[in-house]
Amino acid sequence: MEKITLDKGAPEGLSRVDGRMKVTGRAKYSAEYKVAGVTYGVLAGSTITSGSIKTIDTKKAENAPGVLAVITYLNAPKIPGYQTETPAAKGALKIFYDDKIFFNGQPVALVIADTFERALFAASLVKVTYNATTFQTNLKSNLSTGVSPHNGPDYLRGSGDAYKNAPVKVEQEYLIPTEVHNPMELHAIIASWDADDKVSVYDKTQGIKSTQRSIAQAFKLPQENVHVMSPFVGGAFGAALRTWPHEIAAVLAAKVVKKPVKLVLSRADMFTSVGYRPHTWQKIGLGATADGKLTGITHEASGQTSVYEDFTEGVVNISQLMYACPNVNTKYRLVSLNVNTPTPMRGPGEATGAFALESAMDELSYALNIDPIELRMRNYAETDPQTGKPYSSKFLNDAYKIGADAIGWSKRNAKPGTVKENGWLAGYGMAAGMFGAYRGSATVVARLLADGTLHIETAVTDIGPGTGTAMTTIASEVMGISSDKVNFKLGDSTMPPSPTQGGSSVTATVGSAVSDACTQLKEKLKELNGNSESASAGYAQILQQHNLPQLEVTVTSKGGPELGKYAMYSWSVHFMKVLVHPVTGVVKIQQGLSVADAGHIVSPKTARSQMIGGSIMGAGMALMEEAVIDHRYGRLMNNNFADYHVPVQADIPQIEALFVNKPDPYLNPMGAKGMGEIATIGVAAALANAVYNATGKRVRDLPITPDKLV
Amino acid sequence: MKQFQYIRPATQQNVLDAITKPGTKIIAGGTNLVDLMKRGVTAPDKLVDINHLPLKSITPSKTGLLIGALALNSVVSENTLVLQKQPLLSMALKAGASPQLRNMATVGGNMMQRTRCSYFYDTTMPCNKREPGTGCGALEGYNRMHAIFGTSPQCIAVHPSDMCVGLAALDAVVVIAGKKGDRRIPFTEFHRLPGDHPETDNHLAPGELIVGVEIPDNNFSQHSYYLKVRDRQSYAFALVSVAAALDISGGVIRNARLAMGGVAHKPWRLFDAEKSLIGKPATEASFKHAAQIAMQGAKAYEYNAFKLKMAPGTITEALKHAAGLA
Ligand SMILES: Cc1cc2nc3c(=O)[nH]c(=O)nc-3n(C[C@H](O)[C@H](O)[C@H](O)COP(=O)(O)OP(=O)(O)OC[C@H]3O[C@@H](n4cnc5c(N)ncnc54)[C@H](O)[C@@H]3O)c2cc1C
Repeated sequence: MEKITLDKGAPEGLSRVDGRMKVTGRAKYSAEYKVAGVTYGVLAGSTITSGSIKTIDTKKAENAPGVLAVITYLNAPKIPGYQTETPAAKGALKIFYDDKIFFNGQPVALVIADTFERALFAASLVKVTYNATTFQTNLKSNLSTGVSPHNGPDYLRGSGDAYKNAPVKVEQEYLIPTEVHNPMELHAIIASWDADDKVSVYDKTQGIKSTQRSIAQAFKLPQENVHVMSPFVGGAFGAALRTWPHEIAAVLAAKVVKKPVKLVLSRADMFTSVGYRPHTWQKIGLGATADGKLTGITHEASGQTSVYEDFTEGVVNISQLMYACPNVNTKYRLVSLNVNTPTPMRGPGEATGAFALESAMDELSYALNIDPIELRMRNYAETDPQTGKPYSSKFLNDAYKIGADAIGWSKRNAKPGTVKENGWLAGYGMAAGMFGAYRGSATVVARLLADGTLHIETAVTDIGPGTGTAMTTIASEVMGISSDKVNFKLGDSTMPPSPTQGGSSVTATVGSAVSDACTQLKEKLKELNGNSESASAGYAQILQQHNLPQLEVTVTSKGGPELGKYAMYSWSVHFMKVLVHPVTGVVKIQQGLSVADAGHIVSPKTARSQMIGGSIMGAGMALMEEAVIDHRYGRLMNNNFADYHVPVQADIPQIEALFVNKPDPYLNPMGAKGMGEIATIGVAAALANAVYNATGKRVRDLPITPDKLV
Repeated sequence: MKQFQYIRPATQQNVLDAITKPGTKIIAGGTNLVDLMKRGVTAPDKLVDINHLPLKSITPSKTGLLIGALALNSVVSENTLVLQKQPLLSMALKAGASPQLRNMATVGGNMMQRTRCSYFYDTTMPCNKREPGTGCGALEGYNRMHAIFGTSPQCIAVHPSDMCVGLAALDAVVVIAGKKGDRRIPFTEFHRLPGDHPETDNHLAPGELIVGVEIPDNNFSQHSYYLKVRDRQSYAFALVSVAAALDISGGVIRNARLAMGGVAHKPWRLFDAEKSLIGKPATEASFKHAAQIAMQGAKAYEYNAFKLKMAPGTITEALKHAAGLA
């Protein structure tokens, strides 16, 4: 494996095992596979926001050059899996199921043609008329219609609304807009039926096995008859956690035209087809004693969902978990609107909740005149405030100290709007984040060959964090062999089952299986070697001596009862220094620093990239990302990359990631905890807090664009 | 996208012959036209490629600098003569789009680029500019990016160009060729206000070709600045932008040029504000006063009221930079 040392700030450790393939274009993504006889699908979306289809005229499209089929609800073969569900039940959008329209952009037709261009042109010829009905897309004006989701009653610890009686209190409302994942790679699938009851797909997904199950379920196939391949994923952030209607449509279309069908969503489709972080209103009440002890936290949130499906996330959970506070009550409501269903987006729930809670904590620090870090330390939870359980590990206090030293927190002038640098107002902000540290079940097969190379396989995906690199590192460390002798393969449903990549759980889960498999291999080697431990250099020799071409183990690994005994969380703290122009309102991040308590850092380089990437995503959330709907029409106004802004290079200065790097003794053999989510959770608040420190202006509705600061 | 014909006439005269027919469109860098075709906003029958015409040069003339219509935005922004004589133009160009786009975009295409109004781009929405008589979606819609000057009830879109704001400030002249002969239009009179005909962006007549722009020599090169306020540091259209050019001697302003972007259907030249500066000391107070004058007649809509505050601030700030006070 090559060690590339271009980036001076990068730590030691293995560089991305697939980095060279990615930057030279040899890594193939789903849309890039050459499949013989492939045809192309393009979706046409509804131009109304609610109602039903009156007529669909597909004649012109069908007669257009190269068109093989135009699929609509009128002619679509029945999808068996759709029929078994009760029609009235809320659930995932059923594509081409009936004439109902729930949101603007909902697919109403799929055109299949021999080239992409011809399919695209023919899709513009599909003429649909509608019976439009009234609709709602505006969260703010529909807050009163919010209902309690099925996932439990309102939360109460101690007495409710205790903050109201506190000597010092903060009560504020916070708003985040809809934020769209927008990974660089568009969602894409190539579906081919290999037999009447066998289908193969190259598909952008975070879950190989879950996609296999979903397609099998929809088409009533034995699971093993669905072959899912997804060796490379160009970012997903949650947008590929589930199997979406366009994937089902592509599989259906391939059946209809009896040819492989490639369906790549357009950038505009990405805004209405694969979920988003929901527009959410929040209200926080914090009460404290004059010396900064929290006496009450009240956190209410209302998030939007679609009319056909409930999407819930743990927006208010962070207020139950973050601080030692005797009285906490939270309330979470769902507002059904004529929009597509949201889906988890990096730091789901917590990123939204942390924006409100950690902004409010900053506001409280000013109300109390106590340093924001000191305020957090005074309310530090030594045990889990929700359950009273001990933590498996928690070094957040170390993280505060490491970060404060590294950024030079002592230089911060607490008084807002007082520090100027070259005509710009300067300010520092910080905020903390947390997310559950999970471990699921994974199976790997590991083969040691007589040439001394180790081959490991499991059906996991790598959506960008560097899973292959981390697994290679773990295997190389446990076996004591160099990383270039390890070949880790993933991304194929014929491999042993692994979990979906999400919720910051893959390193902990799959890494444990890799670690266990390597340990078992070592034991087998020891047995073969007359019960004496062999140096790694001798592995090949042992196999050769016993005339064994290979040594193979298949290991399933999951956590034991210890998982229930402890509260397990990863923690982060984010620091930001911003410059704000006093006249134009432009915000520039001058310096960013994130510190993570994510247990033992298995793969230092990719971990650092993960933290920096998460921070940039948080910067997008804080400063620019916002999907805008014109509520008169229910249509998105900025569903493209010119108008929907994500950070560009020029927006991102030096961002540093530091790690406490102390192992968690209980979660898994490596002592690692997840970090994909905590990289983003809290960043938006750190920036909003920095902007306040710089300007004295508290922006409580994201994004913090220049217009809000002039 | 509709099927279309593509031709590449050999000479400028052949181009002029080809573009007389309705349904014909010139294509230069294609960075705007192709987007509009993909979205169905425009659907030409025939594209006339002009990229091979000899209109790329940047040459000094007796009175100024002549820039060919096909000179690339990136090339113009780095050109030595431009940097020496008209640094404001270089600054304005570099504030636009992204390096990749500037490598394709031409001077003529930049002038002719159409508004980025979302209602114009979405063919299911009302838009008088795209489809006269359908109404203005932005008037009571999402109009954060929209105009505060020179609007009409028919259209409140803005011209999105940065380069054009620079050229408007610098008294450039547009050089045009047509079958009926060549003509020249002052840059400030090239683009038009929407009035009752928002479908027409400018005064280029059908069948005419932009061959270049000429910028007269001036004494502004020491004191020029282009300030663009946008939602991110690069690759975003202006919320407001200001081109400021001053001729200062002995602390006194001898001459001034000011134009704004992101506020009107055309690059918005601020003649009265300029006049107010002449003979005044180059101080923040003079600049603030000019900014106040510049804002006369401004009118905001639901989502762009911030521009009433951001615009004068940006004018003052740009002038301070131009004068070396910031
Ligand atoms: C994502 C994005 C972001 C952008 N951001 C900015 C920005 O921040 N600031 C900014 O200023 N611009 C921005 N632009 C716009 C960019 O500057 C224009 O697209 C570009 O200048 C157009 O030039 P072109 O040569 O590609 O024109 P084309 O797309 O080829 O043509 C545009 C129009 O001009 C006509 N035309 C071209 N040449 C001539 C000629 N010689 N005579 C007569 N008519 C002619 C064509 O017929 C067509 O109607 C952005 C564009 C994109 C896509």
